[in-house]
Amino acid sequence: MAVAASLANSTAAGAAAAERKPARFALARRTILTPVLLSLLLLAIALITVTTGSRPFNQTVIDVFVRVILVVGLYIFIGNSGVLSFGHIGFTCLGAYAAAWLTINPMMKRGSLPGLPEWLLATRLPYWQSAVLAALFAALAALIFGRVLMRLSGIAASIATFAMLAMINTIYSNWESVTGATSSVVGIPIVRVIWPYLIGAVVAIFIAWAHAISRSGLALRAARDEPTAAAASGVDIPRERLVAFVVSGAVMGLGGALMAHSIGVVTPDTFYLGLTFITLSMLVVGGMGSLSGGVVGVVLLSALIQALRWLEAGVSLGESTFALPKGVQEIALGVIMIVILALRPSGLMGNRELALPRSSRNK
Amino acid sequence: MLQILFDALSLGSLYALGALGIALIFGVMRLVNFAHGDVIAFCVFALLWPSTDAMAIVFAGQLPWYLLVPFVLLCGAGLSVLCEIVVFRRFRQANPATMMIASFALGFVIRYFLLMLFSSRPKSISLLPELSQPVEILGARLPLLQLITIVTTMVILIGLTLFLRQTRFGLEMRAAAENFSMARMLGVRANRVIMGAFALSGALAAAIALIFGAQTGTLDIQMGASIMLMAFIATVIGGLGSLGGAVLAGFLLGAASVIMQVMLPIDARPFRDAFVYGAVILVLLFRPQGLIAARGTKERV
Repeated sequence: MAVAASLANSTAAGAAAAERKPARFALARRTILTPVLLSLLLLAIALITVTTGSRPFNQTVIDVFVRVILVVGLYIFIGNSGVLSFGHIGFTCLGAYAAAWLTINPMMKRGSLPGLPEWLLATRLPYWQSAVLAALFAALAALIFGRVLMRLSGIAASIATFAMLAMINTIYSNWESVTGATSSVVGIPIVRVIWPYLIGAVVAIFIAWAHAISRSGLALRAARDEPTAAAASGVDIPRERLVAFVVSGAVMGLGGALMAHSIGVVTPDTFYLGLTFITLSMLVVGGMGSLSGGVVGVVLLSALIQALRWLEAGVSLGESTFALPKGVQEIALGVIMIVILALRPSGLMGNRELALPRSSRNK
Repeated sequence: MLQILFDALSLGSLYALGALGIALIFGVMRLVNFAHGDVIAFCVFALLWPSTDAMAIVFAGQLPWYLLVPFVLLCGAGLSVLCEIVVFRRFRQANPATMMIASFALGFVIRYFLLMLFSSRPKSISLLPELSQPVEILGARLPLLQLITIVTTMVILIGLTLFLRQTRFGLEMRAAAENFSMARMLGVRANRVIMGAFALSGALAAAIALIFGAQTGTLDIQMGASIMLMAFIATVIGGLGSLGGAVLAGFLLGAASVIMQVMLPIDARPFRDAFVYGAVILVLLFRPQGLIAARGTKERV
């Protein structure tokens, strides 16, 4: 049946290719505003940061951009397929360690990670090259895992992806000679300039957009909304899911590499449940059905976390200093998340994308 | 050999109880309750008086066992019902992902609330110390506690089965788990059933807390999370919503962990969990509906 479906699919594609192409461009024109607006939003944040010139603020914004990459990576798979994945931070872990392997000074590597193959011990790449390679490495891992996992759907797929995350974490926490086990891998060159992270985030957003309007992305969203109808119209669901899984794996790997360069240290537990849940929360609070939701979720929740941290550190109001007791930050964050979700169950953005009002687009 | 069997059974008991707590709620609400682990942690810390000192000030832990056990069970059930009333009631119509994240956020709140009261340092406590004496059975020396764990679990499981099969409330709950809207139409009161499920699940969490606290002798805020993850996996490979499946899978996971610990070559032992999770993926590939597929969870077209 699958063969018949794919056959029908390919003939239909061949016959309709001629008239479909303009439709594709129309789709691209109609939707390109979203990634452009989102990128402008991030650019504005970056410009504000650079003009204030404050160092801690700079680091915070870098964290925000890294999270944007991660959440956009999650969106590519979760948003389009509707399958909740708990495993994507595993790819971030792979990406971060790959970046560490490629960029740490060979002298240090020989001491701390003696189990690496000889050619890897000798290489030392600039960070942007290593980030691209890390993304490819993560994509390869996603391809291998995805071949197996994408046959599942629903909650079974979620658990299987979680099992994958736990496997990656266990291996990286114990493979002493290659990953340094649970001790931190230090010596990753730290990049403190904001622009590479901005570029990374913008690239991630455009990748997500291009995937969403591609044939595969459209088919996947059709399968998310109406699995039976989509399968009957010749959508090979596991295959489309695999495509999304690999693309999102690459973006997560890129995010991992940049995260490694932003903090300079990696440990396996940085990339485990804590990060998984915070990124998932950002996606769901923002609205997991839309790319804008992911980005808006990151920006808003990060701003909220930062504001609460400031309050916790103490704010002077005239004479007296006002400070929240320690621990209130997390509790408030949890409560606010619950309230947002109770009021807007499908997230802040719902399924809508950020765009100019409809009238301004000459439809 | 016998030692291995008992290790597997007692670890499996913990997983099974945890899985049952998650499966009960999933059955009636389609909610995967990530706050369950934090309910466990809360029950453990209910034994102490709130303080951030390194020394644990034992409060309820000093009670004789016949008061201690009901007290902790009530704590768990109470907290769980409270969660339902305050939070989950507002998410009845939400999609599973939203509910999942909401439950995670709730767990986050509970965890940091505990952190505020007790600080993050693990605390040692000797809970029911008379239980740690070893006993000799068929030539194997076992801690008494392990036996009690297994026996208690069996008693709880049998009790729960009787409750679900013999009482009217149990019948309503099973009906609700199978087809919630149909059950409501036939006169099952939704709020009562859901609150009942939360109370039961909270009490199960409390039981885990007691057993775990007595076993390890240390109280740690993270302790609920590790059990919860395994329990969560057990719930899924058992067949979401199927109580029998959850218990079976809990025991299987416990057995798999213990057996791999013994059978794997020394070099591979640190990677034991990776093998366990690999096995989980394999099980899911062959039986995506779970070992015992619950009726009513199949996707309807």
